[in-house]
This record gives sequence, structure tokens and C-alpha cells, in this order.
Amino acid sequence: MSGFAEVLVNGLSSGAVYALIALGFVIIYKATEVINFAHPSLLLTGGYVIAELHDDIGFPAAVLAGVATTAALAALVEVLVLRRLKANAAGGHSTLSIVTIGVDIIVTVELTRRIGTRVLPLGDPWGDRVVRLGDVTIAQTRLAAIAVAVLAITAFLLAFKYTSWGIAMRATAERRETAALMGVRLGRVSAGAWAVAGAFAALAALFLCVFPTPGLDRTTSFAALKALPAAVIGGVDSTTGALVGGLLIGITEAAVVGYQNDVPLLGGGFAEVAPYLLMTAVLLARPAGLFGTREAARV
Amino acid sequence: MSEPSNPARLPNPARRPSWRGPRALALAAGLAVLLVLPFYAGSFWLQAGLFAMSAAVGAIGLNVLTGAAGQLSIGHAFFLAVGAYSYVWLAAEPETAAGHELSGLGLPTWLAAVAAVGLAGLAGGACAPLAGRLKGASLGVATLALVFIGQHVLFRAEPVTGGVNGRAVPPLELFGLRFTDVPQPALVLGVPFGGLERLWYLGLAVLLLSAWFARGVLRSRPGRALNTVRDNEIAAGALGVPVGRYRAAAFVLSSMYAGLAGVLLALVFQRTVPDYFGLALALDYLAMIVIGGLGSVGGAVLGAVFVSVLPSLLTRYGDAIPLVAEPGSGSGPSPAEAARLIYGAVFVAVLLFLPGGLLGLAARARRRRAAPPRNGPGGRNQAPPHTSPETEEQPA
Repeated sequence: MSGFAEVLVNGLSSGAVYALIALGFVIIYKATEVINFAHPSLLLTGGYVIAELHDDIGFPAAVLAGVATTAALAALVEVLVLRRLKANAAGGHSTLSIVTIGVDIIVTVELTRRIGTRVLPLGDPWGDRVVRLGDVTIAQTRLAAIAVAVLAITAFLLAFKYTSWGIAMRATAERRETAALMGVRLGRVSAGAWAVAGAFAALAALFLCVFPTPGLDRTTSFAALKALPAAVIGGVDSTTGALVGGLLIGITEAAVVGYQNDVPLLGGGFAEVAPYLLMTAVLLARPAGLFGTREAARV
Repeated sequence: MSEPSNPARLPNPARRPSWRGPRALALAAGLAVLLVLPFYAGSFWLQAGLFAMSAAVGAIGLNVLTGAAGQLSIGHAFFLAVGAYSYVWLAAEPETAAGHELSGLGLPTWLAAVAAVGLAGLAGGACAPLAGRLKGASLGVATLALVFIGQHVLFRAEPVTGGVNGRAVPPLELFGLRFTDVPQPALVLGVPFGGLERLWYLGLAVLLLSAWFARGVLRSRPGRALNTVRDNEIAAGALGVPVGRYRAAAFVLSSMYAGLAGVLLALVFQRTVPDYFGLALALDYLAMIVIGGLGSVGGAVLGAVFVSVLPSLLTRYGDAIPLVAEPGSGSGPSPAEAARLIYGAVFVAVLLFLPGGLLGLAARARRRRAAPPRNGPGGRNQAPPHTSPETEEQPA
């Protein structure tokens, strides 16, 4: 029984982290209709800044710096690259998505060069301490991940609903031209969306690198690619969908890791592909994702 | 290898003849250079050229799917893997390598090559139900799933794929000619005619045939139908284009091209390893068609040459790039890293400043020579390739 409970808590905690990343994909998609293939590099940036700074300025300040740097970098990508591209949008939105691949290459090469073969600790205060609830043993980092993700996502959803930025953002997602005519500054909205997504990526990086993971290394960024199916399962334009998709992916992965010895046929490392299989299954049943808007056309 | 900017989208025949002469001349000259190259170039260049050729075949296929039919696919590496591994498995004899039992059918190698292309097409057809229902970004991510699932299978299905270590590729034999290095290669004009030289001509023939066929497809009825599906699905359906069937057909065709590219690649590599057919390769293919120019054969070839040759060039001549440090000294990027950085920067720059890709650049230069720019320098009168030809004619 404790096995199942542990799998569930582990799944929920990594699911919360995936939800943060998936939410980043969704926010960017809603504001700019771009699948951000540069998200892995944003994630790596956040983790790297925290890892480099925590010795000098302490852990909380380093986290703040990491979040701020990543948000700034993401906004910079929007301003310097995407905004320029929109002016002569060749090839429509696929091109916008494809240009982020180039951005990802540049940032990732530079960061992996700096990281090299090292594994960088992030200096988090939780260490390898665990909490015991009856028979169940849970790492403190797991609980912290859930708590922080819930806080960040709640704050975002409240802002999305009540602040003027959120209203502008929703209006833009609904219909760009009309929003612009009503006085919404599209540039600010998109740059803001990218910044928020970057901040979430940095937070996610933090919790991807703490115990039981040894620390940040050059492969940390691949986690972002696991969250991509999470965003698509939920529907790539749905914030609720990102949360549900993230949790689904997290629990699936934890279940596969927890029980894969019972199913040797699938082979080791099956947890890497399980999210993608789940996504394919969901897309076959619901092409727009679980909560995505289905496109309707009147002829 | 130049081409009119977008043959399928510029059906106006009055445009073409004005530079048909110079273009034919350039094509002939390019072909002549390619034909004599094996007599002068070393193995590094031949190998790089062969990689570029196989990449070009694959990119042509992807351009039919993504450029012409508008279906974003990031799963091209998967179909390359299907082609490469099918060929190896069909052609190889069962053997025991490094303690592992490897199965194989031992078919004649030419038959294995043809069957491998067919199998890649079948794999594409199997994905068609999903591909037909999804659009844009969702399709992109769904095809991304193919790459990850495919790699997982390649690593685990050891009896067929050889697992992590991969598998040796049996050399192709065609009309009694073996495409491999032999101990005493025949001398042609004083040059030893080894495996690479033979493969070079095979690759060139395959590439020319693939380009010719795809050009036919894109320029004729199906090509126009695909463009209509891309631009407006509902309008296409209303005009009588069976949208679902065309989408599926484009997927199958592009998978077969990928399979062919995979076979060629396997023959050049002489060993297939699962690591190669990963996300990076899939993204490289996307880069090829975008950098070259969406929706045309010439664009795919240009982009493939650019993307596959640039990194190896930069790595080889990395010492000449300023600010590059010795590998391992830690003071700056190593040649390989510098190559990757420049590649990324060029990637972004092409997308930012060259709408229509490299091919669009060529078309723009040609048009500027033909007629003075209508709205000043700066080249803003270049219509984005996804608009219809009519808008291009309107003064801005």
C-alpha cells in the first residue's frame, strides 16, 4: 500500500513541475501562437543561474535572480526575434515556431559549454531530508515542489482572471485584431507572456535538480520536452489543460518507474516514452486535446 | 540547382522563359562539376557530399509534406530510421555479433533497398489516420512522439537493430557492381575508384530522380491540390479536393522519400546507430526546408546542402574562426561548439531576414534584375511565399 501512496505523491510532485513547464508552453501559445522549442534552453538558463549564484548571494536571492534572468531572456527572445519575424511572417506560424529551434541551439550550446561535464548543486535548504506519514516516506523537496507549483499557478490564474494584463492576454488569445483595435498593446502582452513562461521554467528547473536528482547537468533541459506532451494532452491553448496534462504525465511517469519491473517486456527507460504514448492515445480520441478549443468552421 | 522561386505557386508560364537559358546553363554547369568531383575531391568532401545528397532526398520529401501540404512534421527522423533499419534487416544474413543473435532475411540488396522504401511508406500510411486529423502545432508534437517512441524501439529491439551498438550495413550490389571498397579498386582515369566514388554516382542518380519526380508532383494537379489544402482546407474541400486522402498521400510520399534517404545514409555510414535518428536530426530536417525555402524542390536541396555541410565545414576549418579556443582549454567555445553557435545564429538570421529562405533570396535577386523595385530598395515587395501570386502583383 505504501508503494502506491509513494508513487502517487512522487507523481503529483513531478506532475506539478511538469504543469509549470506545460503552462509555459500554453501561455506562449496563447499569446503568440508559437510552440516554443526554446523552452528547454530557458529551463537550463534558470537552473544554471541559480547554481552559479547560490554560493555568493544565498539560496533565496539566487532563486529570485534565476527567475528574473530567465524571464528577461524569454522576453528578449520575443522582442528581438519573434516580433521582427512577425513583420514579414514567411510561412505562417510554423516558421515562428521553427525560429525558436535556432534560439534553442544558440542558448543551449553556450550553457552546456559552461556547464561542461559538471553536475552543479543548487544549494537548496531541503537537502535529502524526508517526512514520514505513517508508512509513507516522502522527500521534503517533493512537498516543496508541490507547494511552490500550486502557489505559482494559483497566482498566475488569479492574475489571468483579474488583472488588466490577464484580461488583455485573454482578449489577445481570443481575437488578435479586435484586441488591438480595442487598445490592447499586443507587443507588451506577448513579451509579458514570454516572461511569465520563462519565470515558470526557472522554477521548474529548480525542482528538477533538487533531491533525489544529484543536481543540474547538461541533460536537465530534456525535461521540458517531456512537458510538451503534457501541454498537448490538455489542449495546447488551455491553461486548465496544462495543469491536468502535467499531473497526468507526472503520475504516468511515476507509475511506470514504480512498476516497470513487473512488466519487463517494455524494456528499461520506458518512462521516457510513456508520456508520448499517452499523448498519442489522447490525440487519437480527441484531436484538440482534453480541454482544447475545437476549431469549428461554418461553410 | 537553381529553380524558379515557387513553380507550383507561380503557374504563370509567361514568367519562366525570360531566364530559362541562363538557368539551364547553370544547371548543366552544376551537374558537370558534380560529375567530375570524385576525380578531384578527397574522401572528406565525398563523404560530406554524400550526406548532403541523402539529406536532400529526405528534405525534398519533407518539403512536399510541410512546405506544400502545410503539415508540420517533426517526425522525419523516424521514417529515415525505418528506411535505414529495414534495409539492414532485409539485406543482412543472420549472424552473431558481440554475443548477440542478430536476425536478418538475407534478401538481394537491391530488393532490400526497394522494400525498405516501401516499408517506410507503409509506416507513413499507418500514421496517416492521426496525421489527417491534426493540424499545425499539434501535428508537430504528435510526430515528435514518433521520434521518441521510434528511438526507444531501436534501442530495445536488439535482434533486429543491434541495440546501442547498431549494426553493420551490407553494401549494396546492383547489376553486379558492389558499392563498397574493394582491395584493388579499378583505376578510372588514374583515380582509384573505390566505394565512395561509386556511391557518389549512385547518390547523384537517386537525388536527380527524386528531385525530378517531386518536381512533377508539385507542379501538376496533386501539387496544386496540396497547396490549396494548405492555404484553406475548407475551400479545397469545396473545390472538390479530397482533403483527407491528399493529406494521407502526402504523408506516405514524404515517408517514402525519408526511407530512401535512410537507405542512402546507411550505405554511406556503413553502420546504423540508433543515437543518430534522434530529435536533433528531426529538427535539422525542419531547418533544411525552412532555410532553403518552403514548398519547392530546389529549396529543399539548397537547405539540405547548407544544413548538412555547414557544421562539418565549420568543424574542419574551426581554427580559422576568430575567438575559438583549443578544445578543452575552457577559455572559449571549441571549434565544434563554435560551429554549432554559428549554425544556430545563421538559422535565426535566415528566418529573420530572408523570407522565402535561400531560394527566396535567389528569386528576389533575379526579380530585381528583371524589373526595378516598385516600392524602393529594401526588397519589401517580396511577397511572403504563403500568399497567392495575385497579391504579389498588386502595388503595395
